[in-house]
Amino acid sequence: MTLHLHATVADRGYDVALDVADGETVALLGPNGAGKSTTLDLVAGLLRPDSGAVHLDDRELSGDRAWVAPHDRRVALLAQEPLLFPHLSVLDNVAFGPRSAGARRAVSRETARHWLAEVGAGDLADRSPARLSGGQGQRVAVARALAADPRLLLLDEPMAALDVAVAPALRQTLRRVLADRSVVVVTHDALDALLLADRVVVLEDGRVAEEGPAAEVLARPRSAFAARIAGLDMLRGRWDGGVRTADGSLVHGLVTGPEPEPGDPVVAVFRPAAVAVYREPPGGSPRNAFAVEVTDLEPLGDQVRVRAGDLAADVTTYAAAELDLAPGTWVTFSVKASEVAVYRT
Amino acid sequence: MKRALLPALALLLPLTACGGDDESTASDDGSGITTLTVYAAASLTATFEQIAEDFEAEHDGVEVELSFGGSSDLVTQITEGAEADVFASAATKNMDDLVAADLTGAEPQDFATNVLEIAVPPGNPAGVKSLQDLTGDLNLVLCAPEVPCGAAAQKVAEAAGVTFSPVSEEQAVTDVLAKVASGEADAGLVYVTDVAAAGDDVEGIEFPESADVVNTYPIAPVADSDEADLAQEFVDFVLGATGQSVLQDAGFGQP
Amino acid sequence: MTTQQRQVGVPAWIYLPALLGAVLVLLPLAGMLSRVDWSRFVDLVTTESARTALGLSLRTSAVSTALCVLLGVPMAVVLARTSFPGQGVLRSLVLLPMVLPPVVGGIALLYTFGRKGLLGAELDALGVQVAFSTIAVVLAQTFVSLPFLVVSLEGALRSAGQRYEVVAASLGASPTTVFRRVTLPLVLPGLVSGATLAFARSLGEFGATITFAGSLEGTTRTLPLYIYQLRVTDPDAAVAMSLLLVVVAVVVIGFARPGRTG
Repeated sequence: MTLHLHATVADRGYDVALDVADGETVALLGPNGAGKSTTLDLVAGLLRPDSGAVHLDDRELSGDRAWVAPHDRRVALLAQEPLLFPHLSVLDNVAFGPRSAGARRAVSRETARHWLAEVGAGDLADRSPARLSGGQGQRVAVARALAADPRLLLLDEPMAALDVAVAPALRQTLRRVLADRSVVVVTHDALDALLLADRVVVLEDGRVAEEGPAAEVLARPRSAFAARIAGLDMLRGRWDGGVRTADGSLVHGLVTGPEPEPGDPVVAVFRPAAVAVYREPPGGSPRNAFAVEVTDLEPLGDQVRVRAGDLAADVTTYAAAELDLAPGTWVTFSVKASEVAVYRT
Repeated sequence: MKRALLPALALLLPLTACGGDDESTASDDGSGITTLTVYAAASLTATFEQIAEDFEAEHDGVEVELSFGGSSDLVTQITEGAEADVFASAATKNMDDLVAADLTGAEPQDFATNVLEIAVPPGNPAGVKSLQDLTGDLNLVLCAPEVPCGAAAQKVAEAAGVTFSPVSEEQAVTDVLAKVASGEADAGLVYVTDVAAAGDDVEGIEFPESADVVNTYPIAPVADSDEADLAQEFVDFVLGATGQSVLQDAGFGQP
Repeated sequence: MTTQQRQVGVPAWIYLPALLGAVLVLLPLAGMLSRVDWSRFVDLVTTESARTALGLSLRTSAVSTALCVLLGVPMAVVLARTSFPGQGVLRSLVLLPMVLPPVVGGIALLYTFGRKGLLGAELDALGVQVAFSTIAVVLAQTFVSLPFLVVSLEGALRSAGQRYEVVAASLGASPTTVFRRVTLPLVLPGLVSGATLAFARSLGEFGATITFAGSLEGTTRTLPLYIYQLRVTDPDAAVAMSLLLVVVAVVVIGFARPGRTG
């Protein structure tokens, strides 16, 4: 099943083209309001595009001439919360899709048992949804979505509401059952993108900011959001023997990929752990140095992440105390050129 | 909260003031005005308002307060302690109840009579001409047998040897008139005075059998009135020339 | 209902007006109870006329409630789940019978379904006479009760939200299936309490009925009309029947009390 979407929604400033190949899982990344939910709504049939169209295989779901109602699209939704129908047993929840498609009760229950077993929730069949844990509920919701035999699955942050302790097990289950399916998964989690998705599409301000294989996008992000998700610092600029940023400073690094031409848009990307923090500018050093104002400090294991606008530096708790850091403090972030990757965007 | 309480209290004030008024019924409240409370049957509304006005015109410093209602309701209220000075009933039976309760200040006197009349919507769409026509296939509305106009209708039917099958038995004359006036009912049996009071809304059709059932209106001062003399004066006024002429203009007969 | 909620205290003075309010509601009931002639109570409430009136009331109220459900559920769904120009105005108008004096409702019905009313000629041509018939009683009761069902169900629909419905549709359920298998079961408690309120309101309906339907034993004289009539002729019986109506109402309210469900 292939999805092709190219649509605009004027009052949300949305203009996105998105393709999902047969059997492909695409992760949608992006800050809040970037258009992820709009994309899901457009595909699920909860929102009409102002222009453009949504095709599933050769069938036009939304477009100038066509409109297929949500229940006729065979596009199943899985949300943050399981949203199991509280008045039905777990088994009847999962049998809901087959029943709606016209299957007899016994047949649809058989299908339901199969999918419950598939997600490792076979023993929950006779429970009431009220008596399930969050992880169990989401497992059942996955089984329910799959039992409806959808041609496309839409997952809206399926693990966001779960305890960190139960998320990995569900992620493994999803990885298994979604393997050969066409799926769009909205996530904020780099791990989800890496483990579940073949491809990543990053949305920013209603536009596609970048897309590509998950591992590549996360290793060499070209958009600010992908860099943040990957936990990397990014500086943007034009090629001038280094990365010439908007404020005029020059960032040196190792060019990866094709050699940029002068004036090409390029980014400098580095790990926060590679950044050293000083109270006074280190004189005459070959390092890249940026004077920044600390905006936030957050504990990160035995380290402290020092945020300064879009940049971050990881220092030891001891160093943070030594430097007497606090929001508002002016410091110098320093990073060796050998730690900086520079590439064209 | 305090700010919200004040308007609430202000709203309550008129209520308490009303309560005070009730208690000063039939007494000189210091302003030189004497209030006389008259309880009268609902069918006397228009006439007694006129009579009270005439009475006030002849008695300086006297204010007549009228309370209209069903005669039996009024008797109930008086026996429950309502401070009425005069009671004018639409039926002898209700006055008898008050007499039996020993609550009349003097012998009741009949001051008016009333007979039934057929009320039909303007234009008389069902073509009703006689009492017998009311037994046909039409929407007849009567008063319930428990209320005076209904009891009278029943007596008329018995006297004339006809049986009515009404579509509704109403609790009050006004309900019968409303249904006739709106055209929902083809005919109703009400008092002559009711037809007269309804003006152009309904037409009245007299029938000879009405003479068999004449309703008599008695009036009496209520016992233990603070204004016993004034109450008796009002009774006499109703029985006198002015009262009688007002009543007859409204269609009442002389007893 | 058994969970203990942590809360800050209420001001001490608030108990006084609260108590006064409770007294205002309960004292008249006590007053009525004090007048009940217990020795004749059973006889009074089981007379032929009383049984006829009670039977008529229960039957018409049941039919009215059924009509309220049939018409009110779709109305609530349209109000809660769709949007169209003028919806706010329409909602207010639909709720009008709740705040109108019932007698005004009766007059409005009279000039709509009465002989001379808006639909009078059409109904006459069909050989239907509404005024003075049991149909009129049911119409009057439905007219005044419908908003109660619509309001309580619309609230339930709004608080239930549409998320379950979206999921159901994505699983392939047609709008009718979603309505039947998801929406209705989810708002069933709201529907039950709305229908119960509508039944109670129908049972107590007086003003619109007496204005529009008239009063005839066995046809249009429901329990409240019967009590109104007895009040004049047999106050003891009126009190006894009133108590009966209070008991029925208390049972109904107990059934519909919000929060009982869940």
